[in-house]
Amino acid sequence: MRRTLKHLVYLLTSIALLVSFETGAFAAKKSKTLKKTQKMGFVRCGVSQGLPGFSNADASGNWTGVDVDLCRAVAAATLGDSGKVKFYPLSAKERFTALTSGEIDVLSRNTTWTLSRDADIGLTFVGVNFYDGQGFMVRKSSGITSTSQFKSGISACTNIGTTTELNMRDFFNSKGIKYEPVAFEKADEVVAAYDAGRCDTYTTDKSGLAAQRTKLSKPDDHIVLPETISKEPLGPVVRQGDSVWEDIVRWSLNVMIEAEEYGITSANADSMKSSENPAIKRLVGAEGELGAAFGLDNDWSLRIIKQVGNYGESYKRNIADTGILPDRGPNQLWTKGGILYVPPAR
Amino acid sequence: MNHRLKNIIPQLLTLLFVLAVIGFFTINAQLNMDERGIDFGYGFLGQESSFDVQFSLIEYDGSHSYARAYLVGLLNTILVSVLGIIFCTIIGVIVGVARLSPNYLIRNTAAWYVEFFRNVPLLLQIFFWYYAALRALPLPENTEPLFGVTYLTVKGYYIPRLIWENFDILFYSILAAIISIVIIKNYAKKLQEEKGQQLPVFLISVSLLVILPALTLITGMVQLEVALPVLKQLSKTSFIYADGISVPPELLALVLALSLYTATFVAECVRAGIQGISKGQKEAAASVGLTPNQILKLVIMPQALRIIIPPTTNQYLNLTKNSSLAAAIAYPDLVLVFAGTALMQTGRAIEIVSITMLTYLSLSLAISILMNWYNKRIAIKEK
Repeated sequence: MRRTLKHLVYLLTSIALLVSFETGAFAAKKSKTLKKTQKMGFVRCGVSQGLPGFSNADASGNWTGVDVDLCRAVAAATLGDSGKVKFYPLSAKERFTALTSGEIDVLSRNTTWTLSRDADIGLTFVGVNFYDGQGFMVRKSSGITSTSQFKSGISACTNIGTTTELNMRDFFNSKGIKYEPVAFEKADEVVAAYDAGRCDTYTTDKSGLAAQRTKLSKPDDHIVLPETISKEPLGPVVRQGDSVWEDIVRWSLNVMIEAEEYGITSANADSMKSSENPAIKRLVGAEGELGAAFGLDNDWSLRIIKQVGNYGESYKRNIADTGILPDRGPNQLWTKGGILYVPPAR
Repeated sequence: MNHRLKNIIPQLLTLLFVLAVIGFFTINAQLNMDERGIDFGYGFLGQESSFDVQFSLIEYDGSHSYARAYLVGLLNTILVSVLGIIFCTIIGVIVGVARLSPNYLIRNTAAWYVEFFRNVPLLLQIFFWYYAALRALPLPENTEPLFGVTYLTVKGYYIPRLIWENFDILFYSILAAIISIVIIKNYAKKLQEEKGQQLPVFLISVSLLVILPALTLITGMVQLEVALPVLKQLSKTSFIYADGISVPPELLALVLALSLYTATFVAECVRAGIQGISKGQKEAAASVGLTPNQILKLVIMPQALRIIIPPTTNQYLNLTKNSSLAAAIAYPDLVLVFAGTALMQTGRAIEIVSITMLTYLSLSLAISILMNWYNKRIAIKEK
């Protein structure tokens, strides 16, 4: 009798252990961040403090921009409504701490993907939503038309905590030019100082220059020099350690780009369900079980396309039509001469 | 025994509580960092920083280490604090005395100054000086010289650079002058105590300080060359002054704002100190035949200082800590260089913030110790 009891106990414990492992494995597949987001009812998204075309709030507090659209896409995928995003405007200095400390869950703030950021500080870059490079803006009246006309003693305004500071040093050092770096914490402070004549040149990502130029008192008095001195692939970032959430954000971006590739727009997405092309059918949720891998329903990608639009629509709405960078340059699909190329959603 | 135990137990409990709190935070930070794959360590301090800084008191560029960048930021913080403390003391003493002036205009101007500057937030004042006042300065090419050889422009204040040869000899001559002043001062004190004679110590000291270094220059042992700022063209419309020293406008704005703001508090301390001395003291001193100057120097000030020093120490500490607002206007202080750029480039938030906090703590403690020592020196000595 006593022996049987002992066996029974053993048996029960092992069953309990097995079951707990089983549920443990199952739970691990579901994202902690996703669960929290669905419980809160909104996506916590870190954006810039105001960069037209990327993330900028209007007078009534509505955010627009390609970076903002990515957050909206994640909200559409996970919560079913692209409006369910809470935006956290962050300075370059604050952005990574806000993400690693768990204050936000997605950082979509024109952030350059570099090795040390990806590997070192608890971050994971999920993709590139804008291919950029660092450039210089000068006053037209200075007569400078190329960086080769820069002379020692030049003062350059920029932001702290960005790759810009590092590239600038590499650039001026390689040319043997002595320069005075004037680094501010906020972009608006840089614009104000450059506008007042404190600096001879303003350097940051070219898209940023084009966008900030619109904030100057006389935008037409300034030009962006043609040279590009660095590679700046800008993209969304998530915290390390939640690979499912990482996948959700990555594929929200990829879906937008692939939708453009297959010509699916916010207007025709529903009608595309009856398409002949299986790739299109998968994207609009008419075929396959793509969402299940993330713990999402099957309409997640359809919602992104319907509510936010494809990448081309987002670019046109935020960057081209606002006159910031009408030419898509490298940010064109690979099929049209650009370098936007994403893995297939299947 | 029982009594001792009673004394020890609360202290032990407090100690345990403090240790538990520290331990909780450490373990919590460690767990969270492990979970997010962030490692902890101070090894990054030795790595190449690869960013440049606008303004540095020591030789520095991006090929130096993060530790060196920290030193650059620290020295810039100390520089702005020391300058701020000197100017706020000068302005504060003048305004504090002026508030007690019998002249209606002086008294009220001083009162208005104090009320205005201490009631406007400091950050706003910094922005005002940087973005409004200094922005109104002319561009280098349109600048009229100030004092003949210096140029105050929107890009900075350009002053001549002094190039010394055999600077050490000059240094020794100044040292010699200071030593002889101390000896003369002691002799004068003895002379007065023994024979009642008075020497013009102040005059002698000043002339010693001027004559000895001047002699080294005249005899040619020390040579001084002056490099004047020269206008240099960078492009069609952009100019700077080369060769001289450029004091960045960020430093000017910060020192101006910090000293004008803190001076209001110092002025109030000074006023309180002087008003804290009873009128009888002054009248008694006058009745034994001391001149007004002597009354202020020998009777009022020694007593007033005892009231002035402790609260003024607080103001010095505030000024030092407020200097961290520099980040807003691109002055490369400790917060901007180290807790800003370096933190961003390395991502080591906990390490860098802890170092920065410890640094400000040490700076504040150092100022406190210095001021406490001075306070003790001038305190009443029971004989």
